[in-house]
Parts: sequence; C-alpha cells; structure tokens
Amino acid sequence: MALKIVKGSIDRMFDKNLQDLVRGIRNHKEDEAKYISTCIDEIKQELKQDNIAVKANAVCKLTYLQMLGYDVSWAAFNIVEVMSSSKFTYKRIGYLAASQCFHEGTDVIMLTTNQIRKDLSSPHQYDTGVALTGLSCFVTPDLARDLANDIMTLMSHTKPYIRKKAVLIMYKVFLKYPESLRPAFPRLKEKLEDPDPGVQSAAVNVICELARRNPKNYLSLAPLFFKLMTSSTNNWVLIKIIKLFGALTPLEPRLGKKMIEPLTNLIHSTSAMSLLYECVNTVIAVLISLSSGMPNHSASIQLCVQKLRILIEDSDQNLKYLGLLAMSKILKTHPKSVQSHKDLILQCLDDKDESIRLRALDLLYGMVSKKNLMEIVKKLMLHVDKAEGTTYRDELLTKIIDICSQSNYQYITNFEWYISILVELTRLEGTRHGHLIASQMLDVAIRVKAIRGFAVAQMATLLDNAHLLTGNTQRNGICEVLYAAAWICGEFSEHLEDPMQTLEAMLRPKVATLPGHIQAVYVQNAAKLFATVLRKHEGETDSHAAQETSQLLIDRLPLFVQSANLEVQERASCILQLVKYIQKLQQKKVEVAEEVTALFAGELNPVAPKAQKKVPVPEGLDLDAWINKPPSESESEDEKPKAVFAKEEPKHSRSRHTEVDEKELARRREARKQEQANNPFYIKASPSSQKVYDAPGVEHIPVVQIDLSVPLKVPGMPMSDQYLKLEEERRQKEKAERKKKEKKKKREKRGKERKADSGPESEEDITPAHQVDIVTEEMPENALPSDDDDKDPNDPHKALDIDLDKPLADSEKLPVRTHRPEVLKSPAEDRVNENIPQETKKRSGKETKEKKKGKEKDRKRSKEEKKKKKHKEVEEELLESQPEEAVQSEETKEAATPPTSTSAEEETAPSSAAAVDTSSAAAPESEPDEPKDAEPEDTKSSKHKKKKQKKEKEEKEKKKKKRHHHHHHHHHHHHSDAGGEDSVQNGTVEEEEPLPPMSNYSLLAENSYIKMMKEDADQVYDIQGNHQDESKVVVSVIFENKSDSFLKSMEFNVLDSLNSKLQRPEGAGAHDSLTVPFQLPPGISNEARFVFSVQSIVMPQKLKGTLTFIVKSDESSTHEKLDFKLHFTCTSYLITTPCYSDAYAKLLESGDLKGSSLRLEGINMPFHHLLARICFHHHFSVVERIDSCASMYSRSIQGHHVCLLVKTSDQTVSIDAKCDEPSLLGNVLDEIKQTFSKC
Amino acid sequence: MIKAILIFNNHGKPRLIRFYQYFAEDMQQQIIRETFHLVSKRDDNVCNFLEGGSLIGGSDYKLIYRHYATLYFVFCVDSSESELGILDLIQVNLLQFVFVETLDKCFENVCELDLIFHMDKVHYILQEVVMGGMVLETNMNEIVAQVELQNRMEKSEGGLSAAPARAVSAVKNMNLPEIPRNINIGDINIKVPSLSPF
Repeated sequence: MALKIVKGSIDRMFDKNLQDLVRGIRNHKEDEAKYISTCIDEIKQELKQDNIAVKANAVCKLTYLQMLGYDVSWAAFNIVEVMSSSKFTYKRIGYLAASQCFHEGTDVIMLTTNQIRKDLSSPHQYDTGVALTGLSCFVTPDLARDLANDIMTLMSHTKPYIRKKAVLIMYKVFLKYPESLRPAFPRLKEKLEDPDPGVQSAAVNVICELARRNPKNYLSLAPLFFKLMTSSTNNWVLIKIIKLFGALTPLEPRLGKKMIEPLTNLIHSTSAMSLLYECVNTVIAVLISLSSGMPNHSASIQLCVQKLRILIEDSDQNLKYLGLLAMSKILKTHPKSVQSHKDLILQCLDDKDESIRLRALDLLYGMVSKKNLMEIVKKLMLHVDKAEGTTYRDELLTKIIDICSQSNYQYITNFEWYISILVELTRLEGTRHGHLIASQMLDVAIRVKAIRGFAVAQMATLLDNAHLLTGNTQRNGICEVLYAAAWICGEFSEHLEDPMQTLEAMLRPKVATLPGHIQAVYVQNAAKLFATVLRKHEGETDSHAAQETSQLLIDRLPLFVQSANLEVQERASCILQLVKYIQKLQQKKVEVAEEVTALFAGELNPVAPKAQKKVPVPEGLDLDAWINKPPSESESEDEKPKAVFAKEEPKHSRSRHTEVDEKELARRREARKQEQANNPFYIKASPSSQKVYDAPGVEHIPVVQIDLSVPLKVPGMPMSDQYLKLEEERRQKEKAERKKKEKKKKREKRGKERKADSGPESEEDITPAHQVDIVTEEMPENALPSDDDDKDPNDPHKALDIDLDKPLADSEKLPVRTHRPEVLKSPAEDRVNENIPQETKKRSGKETKEKKKGKEKDRKRSKEEKKKKKHKEVEEELLESQPEEAVQSEETKEAATPPTSTSAEEETAPSSAAAVDTSSAAAPESEPDEPKDAEPEDTKSSKHKKKKQKKEKEEKEKKKKKRHHHHHHHHHHHHSDAGGEDSVQNGTVEEEEPLPPMSNYSLLAENSYIKMMKEDADQVYDIQGNHQDESKVVVSVIFENKSDSFLKSMEFNVLDSLNSKLQRPEGAGAHDSLTVPFQLPPGISNEARFVFSVQSIVMPQKLKGTLTFIVKSDESSTHEKLDFKLHFTCTSYLITTPCYSDAYAKLLESGDLKGSSLRLEGINMPFHHLLARICFHHHFSVVERIDSCASMYSRSIQGHHVCLLVKTSDQTVSIDAKCDEPSLLGNVLDEIKQTFSKC
Repeated sequence: MIKAILIFNNHGKPRLIRFYQYFAEDMQQQIIRETFHLVSKRDDNVCNFLEGGSLIGGSDYKLIYRHYATLYFVFCVDSSESELGILDLIQVNLLQFVFVETLDKCFENVCELDLIFHMDKVHYILQEVVMGGMVLETNMNEIVAQVELQNRMEKSEGGLSAAPARAVSAVKNMNLPEIPRNINIGDINIKVPSLSPF
C-alpha cells in the first residue's frame, strides 16, 4: 500500500500539470491540434488511475482544454469522482470543471445529488461555498427540486459567506423549480434586512431579477425597498433598487410620484456617476408613466436634462453615450426639453466615436421642427460628405430621409428643397439605399402635386446625367433612382420643358446596361413621352418634329427588343410596333396625338400601405366561399379566390362611400375592366397569368426592393400607385373625421365612421389639400403596425425569458401571504376558508417525502401561513381588488383620468405603496394552481416523477373543485384557464376577468377652453382626530386645457356655505378666490388640491363655484370664466377602515346602531364586482364574506360606524345597514343606490 | 444578469471563459470569435458599450468591455445590470476595486501570463465576485480575504502539485522560451473620470 502511494507520487512528478500543458501548447504553435490530442490521450490514461490526485490534475487540464473549445463531456463521470473527493483542493477542481461543462443534458448530473447535499451540509464553509458556486452553474430542475430545501436552510446559515451564496443561488433554483418560490419567499424577504451587507445585496439582487420579469407581483415590496433605498449606502444595492423602481412605476404611477423627491435628492447628492445615471433613468421612467394626464413635472425633467447634459459634455465617451441614450428616452415624451440642447447633440455628430454619432442621430430625429429642419439636414449633408465608411454614411442617409419624411412630411415646408436634397443624395457613392431615395422621389412627386413641375425638371436632369450614376455597377445601388426618375418624367411629362431631349436621354444605348426592371420602366415611359411630344406638335403645319420623334423611337427601340429581360423585350416590341403604325398614320397626315395620349390617360393617386387590410368586407360577401365549384386541380385552387379578392380591391375602396351591393360590384368590375383596358399598365397584367394579381397583396415596398427582373415588376408598380390612391382618399376621410371630432368631441370607431362618411365630404377636402397633397396624421398610424413588425423579431430572443415568467406567475401568492398578515392581524379569528392553508400543507407534505430535514420547518411555516391566511382569506380579493381597479382604469382610460387612492394614504410613500401592493399581489391569488399544473409537465421527464405529477394534479383538481364551491363566481375563468394555454402562462387573474374599470374622477364642468374633473371623494382626512366640530376635506381637481391657447391666471373660488368653507390663506377675505398654482399650455392637464373645512358630515353638500382664467393666444388674451358645482357626497366623508369580524360582531351587538335597508333590483354583475364597487366608490372594506353574503364596514371622519350586510340572489341585492347616525346612513345608502343605478 | 464573461487577448485567444448559460463548445468558440471581432476593431478612446451581438442574448443584451494592455475583459449583460456599475466591476474605483484589482492583489501584479498559467485560480477569484451570473460581492477586501482563506486551505492540504512536483516543474521551466514578464496590467492606469466612489 505504502509502496503504491510512493509510486503514485513519483508518477505524478512526471505527469504534466496545468502549467506544463499550457507551456506545451505554447511550444507547439505549429501542430497545436496534434499536441493537444496526445495530451488528451495522456489525460485519458491519468483518469484511469485510481489516485485521486492524478485524476484531479487531469480534470484540471481538461478544464483548460474545454476553454480552447474541446468537448470534454466524455470525462463527466471522472469529474463527478473528483467532485466527491474529501479534499477541498480536489473538490474545487471538480466543481470548477463541472460548472464549465455540465448542463441539463449531462446524464451523470443525476449522480451528484447526494454528493452535493453532503457538501452543502459540510461543516467546512468552503466545501459548502464551492458546492453552491458549482451548483449555480449547472442546476437542473431535478437538482433544484431535490436540493431546494437544503439551500433554504443555508439561507439562515451562521456564516454570511454561505448565506449570501445560498440567497443568490435561490434565483437559479426558482428558475428551475418554480414551486420553490412561494415557500422560500418569506425567508428571502427576511434577508433583505440581513445585518450583513453582502447578504442584503444578494437578496436585493435576486428580488430585482425576479421583479424585473414580473414586476406586478413585487409591488408589495415597494415600501421595504423604499426604506432600503433611503437607508442603504451601498451603491450597488442602490442601483439595483432604483432600477427595480424603474420597472415598478409604470404599473403604479402613484409610486412614481413618491419616488421623484428621493430620487431628485439622490441626483443632487450623489457623486457616483453610475448611481446618478440610474436615478436619472428611473426619474425618466417615472415621468413617462406619469405623463399620461398628470401634472408635468417640468422641474424634474429640467433636472434630468441638465444632468444628462453634464454627462454628454463629459470627456468620457461612456458617459456621453449613456447620456444620449437616456436623452432619447426623454425625447419620446418631452421633446421640447430636449430640443433646447440641439447644439450639444449636433456637436456629438462630430464625435469620433461612431456609436455616439449614431445615438446623436437617433436624437435628431425627434428634435426637428419646421423651423430647424433645413438647418439640421444641411448639417447632416455636410456629415454625409465627410463621412468615411459606407455604413455610417448609409446610416446618415436613411436618417436624413427618416427625419424629413417623418409624420408624413410634417416638417417640410419647401418640397423643392427636399427634392434637391434627394437629388444631391444620389451623388453618394456606393450607397445601398438607392431604392429608398427612389421611393421618396416617387412618393413626393405623386403626393405633392404642386411640386411635380419642379420634380420633373430635376428628374430630367438626372436622366440626362444618368452616366454619372450608372458608373456605379453595384447592384441595388444608386441606379435604382433612375427607376423613379424615368417614371416621374414619363407620368408627369406634361410638365417637361423639352420632352424630346428627355426622350432622347432615355433611349441612349447605355441604358441597356441598367438592370432589367429599370429598363422596362424606361421603355414604358419613353412611350408616354412620345405621346406628349406628339401632342405638343399636333396642329403644327410642319409635322417634321413629330415624325422625327417616331423615327427616333423606331431607331432606338430594337435595342430593347433584343433584351434578355422578358419584361423589357415584351414592352419594347409592343411599343415598337405601335410606333411603326403611328408613323404610317403620320405619313398619311392623320392626327394621332389624341389616341396615343389616351393610352396613358388617368391619374394615379397614392394609397396607404395598409389600406387594403382596412377595406371593410361588404355585407353578404363571404371571402372564403367558393365562387365556382372547387376545381379538382389543387394548383389553381389557391389563386382563384385571391384573384377575385384582389380585383375587387381597388374599386371598392375608391368608391367606399356608397353602399356596396352585389350588382354595384359587378357594374364596377366592368367599369374597372374598361378602365384597365385603357390603362397600358393593366394591359400587361390581364393577359398574363392570374398570379400577377397576387401582387396587390404585397405592399409596394418589396416591389421596389426586388432587384430581379421578374415580369411581376412592372404591373406591380402601377398597382402600388393604386394603393397610394387609396391612401390619399383614406387620409382625406380621416381628416374629415378629425374635423368632425373636433366639432363633436366624440370618438367613434374608425371603421364605422368610414362607412358612414359619404363621398361629398371627402371631395370637399380634396380641394384644399390640392396644393400640397399631404395629409398628416396618417403616417404615424400606418407606421405603427410596421413598428410592431420590427419588434416581433426581438420577441423570439426574449422567448428565453418565458421560463422566468413562469416561476413568477407562481410566486404571486407569496407576497400575499407574508404581507397581508402584517397589515391586519386579529388573533381572535379562526374560522372560514381552509383551502389555501390546505394547499400549503399538502405541498410541504410533498416536500417532506424527500427532505426529512425540512419537514419540521415546513410544517411550522404552513401552520403560520394557515393562521395568517385565515384572517384575510375572504377579504383579500375584494378588499384588495379596489386599488387594482385604479391601476386598471389608469391604463385603459385616456389622459386626464389618473388613478386615485380610495383612502387617506397620501401622507407617506411607503404607506400608499403598501396599499397598492396588496392589491396587485392579491389579484393573481385566485389562480395559483394553473401555472403549477403546467410547469412540471414541461420540465420533468423521468417516469416516477410523472406519476407523482399525476397525483399532484389530481389533488389540485380536487382543490380547485373546492374553490369552486367557495368562490362560485370564479367558475368562469377556471374553465377558460383549463382551456387556454396562454392564460396558464400568465397565470394572472385580472387578465381573465377584469373588473370593469372604475374611475374616481367625474366631470365637474367644461367649456371650450377647459375641462375640470373632480375626484369623487379624494383624500378625506380628519386633522383634529375625533374632534366633532370641524373636519377637513381635500378635493383634487384636474384642469385640462382643451384649447390651442395658453391658459393662465386661473383663479378658483367657491361660495362658502355655513357648513362648508374653502380654506383660504390667512389674511384673505371670505370671498377671495384662490390662485391655481400653475398655468396650462395647450393640451396639458394638471391637478390642484383645495382644502375645505366641514362642520357636519351627515348631509351631502353642494357648493357653487367659479373658475376664472385668462386665455392667451398669439394675438389676444381674453378673460373667461367657468361655473361649476362641487358636490360633497356623504360617501366622501367615509374612510376605508379595516375591521375584524370579532370587533364587528361586538359593534353590532352593542345596540347603539340604528338600522335601515336598501334593495337593489336587476343588478347584473358578479358579486365580487358589486363588493368591489362598494369598496371603491363608497370606501367600505369587507369584513367577512360567505358565499353570496358579505359584511362590510366603514367609518366616517367623525367616527361614525357604518356597517353593511350585503346579500345577493337572482340579480337582487339587499343591503341591511346600521349606523349610529341615521341621516348619514340614509344619505350613504342613497348614494350607493345611485352608483348602481348608473350601471 | 450577466450572461457571459470572456477574457481574451489582443489576438482573440481565450484566457478565461465563463458562460452562465449553456452553449456547446463550438458555439462558445464562435461567440468568442465574434465578440473579439466586434471589440477588437474599436479604438481605445471610444465608449465601452456595444449593442449585443446576435449570438448572445439579443437586443436586451449589451457587451461591456475594457481593454487592458494585452487583454480584453468582456461582460455580456442584460438590462438589469447598470452599465457603469459593470464597468466599475471590471475596472477600478477609488473605494471598491473589484475584479482586476483583486487579481492584482492575489497575484501581486497580474499580467497576461498569470492568467494563462493559472486559469483555474482566476476562476476561483471570479467565483467570489460573480456567481451564477449575478454579482456576489463588490467589496474587494472581502473577496481577497475569502480567496486567501481558500488558498490557505489548499496549501494545508498540500495543494494539487505538492513539493516534489513543484521542483520538477522548476526543472521543466528551465528550457522555456521567452516569457514576457513585463506586461504589467496593474501599472496601466486607464482613467475613468468622475466615476468616483463606486
């Protein structure tokens, strides 16, 4: 034995170690592969020995070879052997190798479970640490499931070194074994407040990762994070938290409001750029989330922009880059604030760093205005000249075109200028974007009628100098522009000064070197020009000129007749014969000009790219029905319906204004056929196979792009113009709609309106639009779908994250559990629903099968949870769903209706956030089973697991059934969930069955200048405790400027009553008005609050008031006023106050309360909606709920108790109410009644 | 999340690779090549961020890199990581030196050769900084302390190559070609203006 050891160590002396291997590889640069293969052979030998040191050495070398790209998976078993060595040195090598090359497909991983468990519980912290580190890299669903409990235990290890690793690895475990999230979450949350900063940071890290994927479920942690943010000094942690808030604020704008102040403080105080930058980013996120209707925090924006300016001005390229990046985010919502830094951004265009220049270009896009467009483009053109490298130059070119064409050429005031820019751009060498320029030329020439003369002249020059462009042989290059030039010259040839010259230019022999599709356009348009020339010389006594032209064509066209390109050949030979015939007629002195011109009669109009999709299908037209009996051949099957559809298309949309019936259709089809017959573009299309008609299905862009000379091409071109025509018409209609809207202030669905719109209206619009035939508004709308298209390709990349979503869906329960009990704890209660505690019990039971250690803890926990659960089980979905409502309504409603909190929770951020969180956490609560059912199926594979799964499933189904009994109103979405996989993935309820949006804001008064919205019952708070005499009520009013003018000097005044008085600043008289502390630029809304003091609250109050303001437009300013009535309902004096059922029972028993009741008929809404409404609108909270019966409680600001017992059956709701103040109760009931009569 | 950490030299030779998502070996090599291609053509005075290549991650991912003498340190991260924070993590800061600095401490003036010959040790250090794609520790002192404790433990076990083997390797070392020992990273002071206390 001893001998063996000695022998082993002597052997080892001559084994290569890692350093030797590296050295060897460096010495064999010529035959590296060969050398390595001999090394691998040696390693294989070494691995066969039973000396663990030799093996470890071999594995260490393998790790190095793995880095060089060698597959070492064959040694996986040896790696496991080394991992299980008792020596730390070897173990570490083993785990390192495993972490580098193990993955879910490695089968020996199954063997490691026990070894890892042993290492995790090792008394040596570094054994544990190494195991955790290794596991973090190769954890599989099986390992995660088997080891989750051990790792959980480690989260409370005495050594922070282990704790932080255990906390961090939990994220990986969650990903692989989502079920573990809920049980582990409480402890994870605990670790947020761990005394060790490293552990704390790890916990923040994990929760941030979790929350990033599914922020909604972590809103409940906002208060905790808020606390951490204000207390932590670790910048790394701060950055994480701030980033997290950036993700949370879009979901909860109220959180955003709270964030702004501490964030701006941080921005002012921090010296760390990384932290500053993240703060600015989050403030931007907040501002974006608030921008929909809430006051413009111009100060914060200014601060952000200022700080970003500092970053951009910094000499550090990184800061510059990030500054520009953040700036572009602000740009989307607050373009004006960015525009003032134009100088800086233009400066960045000169930067030597290309990524910075590209960022700056992005910004420019949003900064142009009518005033500065030309200037900016001029600057860009200079850059184009200077730019080295085609990529950047191409980028510049596309940006110039983007900037100019954005929002339907909104910023272009002079189209002659734009055409010249486009022409200038054609002089760029080697650009790939010829087709882009070409399409712009076509677009402008077609849509801007006034510019055609100029455009044609420019294009003629371009054609004349075509040799300058064609020198560039690059495919798809700039010669693409000639396509546009030829077409424009031909189509609008009446504007040509010397058509003869252009004709000559178009028929030069050199043209034959151009790509086929361009030649085809040349030939076709030569014919158009010919017609124009004939017409010009018509009537002249000397027909010499006309004949000369014919001769020119006859001389030159044969060149094209010989073309290899079918399209060119066909057109050329057609036209050649035509011209020959005309020449004969000319010789006979017959006047032919009119007939020839008739070939090209008719005007082509622009059509929106998406126009076809939006054409409504006429009633009675079934596009899927067979028109003829299906032919037996499958080939023609597909085409027929399409062809029919396509044929109808253009006609339809053009005369959409009239009612379309079948006869009409047939008539039109005839008419169109005739029209087509007259139009040379269609002549080609009809005789060729019907496939050609598929072309209209394709948008016109590809037509220009495809470089091949497919016969599809040329018919495609006029087709796309047909689209443009459609677009134009549609735009005009839309314009008319908009006008209508402005008048009526009503929004109707577009589809309906379009049908309803009659022809005459759109015709009216054509005339004014005549000069510059550009209609705004349309482009962005059309652009939107294509934006989506751009995003789509990214989604597959993000699909990797789907797994991450799943665990989170599951997690939705956890925050509920831990959070709720803190909110409300009444030890006395012990009844009601059992199902959720049962569930946890069962789950933990499952776990204990495998993990005896964790058994006790799990049980304890489930007990705890059970307890906690019971208190709130009933209430949660109702109580909590109300703030949720606010969020929803926020999302769905338009501007001006920001969400409001239902109770007095404005004082501090954490408290308000807390209220919010519970909501979102609770909502998903009712659907926790689904993701779990789905998940294991995907991930687990081995047989016995499947069995177990089945069991689990069964259990769950049972549970589900139970739940059905308890919450019968959930029936609906349980079923739908079972069916829809999507919903399983999301696993959230509010998507399934959203409560109808509820808004607290109601219209107060409105005129053509301003709209006032009052929050129904905003923060009502009782400043003087229970003092009976006087209470204060805060009323939030949103002012929205609806006019195009600036509103200023707004003054708000109310006629005080005896009972209610507007609180005025000290020293002000009783009738003085209050100045609203802001001004309103056009389209902006802002919120102001007014405090009223109220004596008695038992009666509703109405106060008359007036708002005066100055309307300031460019020319004048006028004084305007608006009267309104402020209505204080009794409800607004109620505060949502939680009450425990035991206290509630006592209250009712006391007999101090007087009763009253109310019956509501025909209430057609789910019970929980009903309760949610009462909670939301009338500030009640649910005390207890059993089936279709619920007790509710609220308290007035002066301490009156209001108790309700709500019962429902068959659309009838009966409410028995008790209160110590009968008149208050009566009024509240009336208001409840009113609420429900409205819906 | 950090998706990958790559260290390679000016010629694209990998010195350390650490993927936190599984890729097959050939894919790993391709990623290294592409990343090197992207990074190496950039000047030293341009910004250190690159929009993610097509290989790793996609649009959500960024490459954040630093170039020290002969080595590139590239982190591929998603949007949950702070760009500047990662830069700091790679580089230095007044208060918290992290990765490179830690290497510096542990190897007493780190150079490329250290990485070449002690890839395993670099991994062990890295493991104390980043774990499973998440930043574990940013406090340099803590990192150094843990690494040293573990090394001490290894020593007490006799290490992988115990005394005799070391003697042999000293012999092996004798007939070695030139080892450029003076590419010292520690001395190269790339200024990060105003990235102060982080």
